[in-house]
Amino acid sequence: MKLNLKIWRQKNSAVTGRLVDYQLDDVSPDSSFLEMLDLLNEQLVSEGEEPVAFDHDCREGICGTCSLNINGIPHGPQKATTTCQLHMRHFEDGETIVIEPFRAKPFPVISDLIIDRSAFEGITQAGGFITARTGSAPDGNSIAVRKNIAEKAMDAASCIGCGACVAACKNASAMLYVGAKVSHLNLLPQGAAEKDRRVLSMVWQMDRAGFGNCTNYGECSAVCPKEIPLDVIAKMNRDYAVATVKNIFTQAM
Amino acid sequence: MNPFLQLLRSSLGKKYLMALSGFVLAGFVLGHMAGNAQIFLPPEYINAYGHKLQSLPGVVLWGIRLFLLLCVVVHICVAVLLTIENRLARPDRYEKEATVEATISSRAMPYTGLILLFFIIFHLLHYTVRSIYDYSNLPYNLHGETVHDIYTMMYLGFSHWWVSIFYIAVMGLLCLHLTHGVSSMFQTMGWRNEKWRAILDKAAAAYGWVVFLGFVSIPVAVLLTEHAGIALLDKEHVEATLALAKSLTLNQ
Ligand code: HEM
Ligand code: FES
Repeated sequence: MKLNLKIWRQKNSAVTGRLVDYQLDDVSPDSSFLEMLDLLNEQLVSEGEEPVAFDHDCREGICGTCSLNINGIPHGPQKATTTCQLHMRHFEDGETIVIEPFRAKPFPVISDLIIDRSAFEGITQAGGFITARTGSAPDGNSIAVRKNIAEKAMDAASCIGCGACVAACKNASAMLYVGAKVSHLNLLPQGAAEKDRRVLSMVWQMDRAGFGNCTNYGECSAVCPKEIPLDVIAKMNRDYAVATVKNIFTQAM
Repeated sequence: MNPFLQLLRSSLGKKYLMALSGFVLAGFVLGHMAGNAQIFLPPEYINAYGHKLQSLPGVVLWGIRLFLLLCVVVHICVAVLLTIENRLARPDRYEKEATVEATISSRAMPYTGLILLFFIIFHLLHYTVRSIYDYSNLPYNLHGETVHDIYTMMYLGFSHWWVSIFYIAVMGLLCLHLTHGVSSMFQTMGWRNEKWRAILDKAAAAYGWVVFLGFVSIPVAVLLTEHAGIALLDKEHVEATLALAKSLTLNQ
């Protein structure tokens, strides 16, 4: 199939970028979106031009490294699919595809389509862990977890931290990501001990990084490749309120 | 940091303020609508109701007024702050941006809110301060006591078609604001899950429609009575009050 591409080119974070037109004449509908970009880059290199920089790693939809805003939607038009798992058969022959980096103030462009997502790491470092003695693995099932709780925690834990939620949100809010990380650990007995401290410091770090505020649009969950539900945000809101009230009372005493 | 300050500075603290002030305002709007609906009863009802509210002890009346004003001020200030922060969080816009899920009501919140602010100011000048038209001389005999004739004031107010059209349009925007807001405030406070989400969305839309229809029925009824000859309200009472007011002015 033939494709007209409009791709964001930006040498580095210091200069401004712009959309550049490219054409590909022979793309297999069975190729993935990233393979299509590989094809373009081969063409560019053979013409002596700079290839388009884009992020990828596992290409199996599990690592969260691939990104891209494709025709205005993070990870493209296919529901519950990462860019690396998106196939060209979902596009029309002769279609024009606009490809941009995920955009948010805390996600500066490094080069072309590659952005710096370390703001997410900062949030996770602030509380997205449990403080446990390392050593040999504990016996499986030594801590009983109710089935419905385990399922909710697993749903939240399926977040791959790709940043599509921030990219899709009209406010560039990171609350689906933070909600997923908070819910995952706060729901489980292993994480419950540090519940309050976790939610307070992760939200604090999220605000400091400069993400926007959720206004309950629901764009994040709709584009999430792992379909993380909006529930996790409600859970974070609830846990934060409880933690704050407890904090006010314990500090007052 | 002081946990109270930390709360107020945090994104979620601001969102809680939005939801709590919105909750008060949404409750007030429903109560206000129900009170106004008494215009469909004989004039005595709404005039007695208004008189009762007006003659509440000063501390109570002003306490309620100042509390509502506080809620409006908090709601607006925090809305402005959050909206600015949200714009700053995406300094470079997308060249191409799609919308997958967000409803019109959710996307219009800052705009419907802003128009509501102008409306609130106009409304207070219109019927509370009464500086747009003079409604000071509308006497009503309530069991021997001369009180303000609210029935006639509302009738006269809405008999100007431009005022009625403006009120009706803004109530449509209020309906839109509530459709998102009333459901959204449950999410903000963390009182919502996937099972309740759809129900709360419908309940919020219903809430918006009830408030809309309740309020709009009044200017519509005035216009029909005044201009279409469909007597939904007591026009004779209005004329009698105006005649009484005139004779009182002449006698002075
Ligand atoms: C006076 C000017 C007003 C402005 C500028 C304004 C603006 C806003 C904004 C920007 C939001 C946040 C939207 C979001 O989170 O998606 C909001 C939420 C809300 N507003 Fe207003 N509004 C105003 C008046 C009102 C009034 C009069 C009511 C009640 C009838 C009201 C009820 C609500 C509710 C219930 C929410 C939901 C809170 C939440 O999302 O947690 N607002 N408003
Ligand atoms: S490259 Fe790993 S999820 Fe797409």
